[in-house]
Amino acid sequence: MSTLHRTPLYTLWQQRGARFVPFAGYEMPVQFEMGIKREHEHTRSQCGLFDVSHMGQMLIRGSRPAQALERVSPIDAVGIAPGRQRYGLFTSNVGGIHDDFMAVNAGEHLYLVVNAACRAADAALMRSGLGEEGTLEVLEDRALLALQGPRAREVMSRLCPLATELAFMQHGRFEVMGHDLWISCSGYTGEDGFELSIPAEGATEVAEWLLDQKEVAPIGLGARDSLRLEAGLCLYGHDMDKETTPVEASLGWAIGKARRQGGEREGGFPGADVILTQQGNQDTERVRVGLKADGRAPVREGTRLYNMDGDPIGEVTSGTFGPSVGAPIAMGYVRREFREPGQTLQAEVRGRRLDMTVTAMPFVTTHYYRG
Amino acid sequence: MSQIPTNLRYSDSHEWVQDNGDGTVTIGITDHAQQALGDVVFVELPEVGSTITTGEEFGVVESVKAASDLYAPLSGEVLGVNTLLEDAPESLNESPYDDAWLIKIRLAEPDELESLMDAESYTELVANEAND
Repeated sequence: MSTLHRTPLYTLWQQRGARFVPFAGYEMPVQFEMGIKREHEHTRSQCGLFDVSHMGQMLIRGSRPAQALERVSPIDAVGIAPGRQRYGLFTSNVGGIHDDFMAVNAGEHLYLVVNAACRAADAALMRSGLGEEGTLEVLEDRALLALQGPRAREVMSRLCPLATELAFMQHGRFEVMGHDLWISCSGYTGEDGFELSIPAEGATEVAEWLLDQKEVAPIGLGARDSLRLEAGLCLYGHDMDKETTPVEASLGWAIGKARRQGGEREGGFPGADVILTQQGNQDTERVRVGLKADGRAPVREGTRLYNMDGDPIGEVTSGTFGPSVGAPIAMGYVRREFREPGQTLQAEVRGRRLDMTVTAMPFVTTHYYRG
Repeated sequence: MSQIPTNLRYSDSHEWVQDNGDGTVTIGITDHAQQALGDVVFVELPEVGSTITTGEEFGVVESVKAASDLYAPLSGEVLGVNTLLEDAPESLNESPYDDAWLIKIRLAEPDELESLMDAESYTELVANEAND
């Protein structure tokens, strides 16, 4: 751990009073002077600016990039219309999840955003798995910002009016302040908002302009985590990993219809036999659910879960106090028969059994802009 | 800069101790500690009548981000706990030296108080930690 990477915005965050932590090999702001709770609330009521430049940005070029991506993922990449974005997974030969990602059909090529901790492994698996129809290009010179919250669209109307025409999961390319910006309507908070890929040399200028807007505050990774958990969104390495299949992770929707049993391009991705059988039978032993505590004590990652008879039935994979929910919330894996919302079970926190209720996710009302 | 009142004593695990002059003390966490923890959402304290032992855990403070143990600066029997913290854990951020005291104990050994730092030494400790 001698040298941590820094994003192109490091100096700006330093000036803005960030407290940094090491995260996935990067020195990232975990919070600013507002603190996690107020940053969380500001994003839900106004607009937050997040630096997510640590995430991997990549292009798949080649003669048939969508078909190439389908060789390493159960995503329906062929079906992504130009200017659209879709969520996908990289799967392993035994059906586990290597990573999750966003893929955009940018016309000539596909544009992918992957998790920071997985970027090297993802690049390797694509280089060896895309085949002859796709060539990977890892982008090292672009920053990524997320602008999230109910006022994000208003702010965007002043930065780049054309981008406000984007609805959820749409993507476009725009010239802003002389820079080539790739903007998508998406994010990881459950709010309306945008993700902006910016050439590194222009990132500080765009970020400073955004921070000058009265609605916008800088937000750290701490609030990003509580916001995404309230929105019911998985964090790779916690809520899913190589040991969990998409079906166990309740991410069956990330397997394109065309790739499922009976689909026009059924299978053809790593682990397809395991995953499609599980999807057809819906019989995995465990499954990911949302949980809400009845008391006030947060129930953290790693906490064991029990049924009311005291038998172990699962484990928490993410947990915090949800500032907007006003209660401790968590995600975890439980035995299939305990998955129904309303089910009561118990979490063991410091030797005490606390009641929790299985809860449908998201925990908060999402505000994605559908146009 | 954090506040460090001169009338209190301090442990190196960032608890403050107020000598009530009758063999009892009041214990809380310092302004520096609450700043480092961030927004407090839950506090777990021992029961009245239980005993706490110097250097051992006696409770937990949880922020949105993480859980942190509380370490006993002194040994003794718990005489009272601050019930305000059950419903308003955030008061630990707002008033760490007053409204959000944690527990009152009867000292097992009154002399043990002398082992704690005064405000000047604690100020130095906080300054050194900032330089690490």
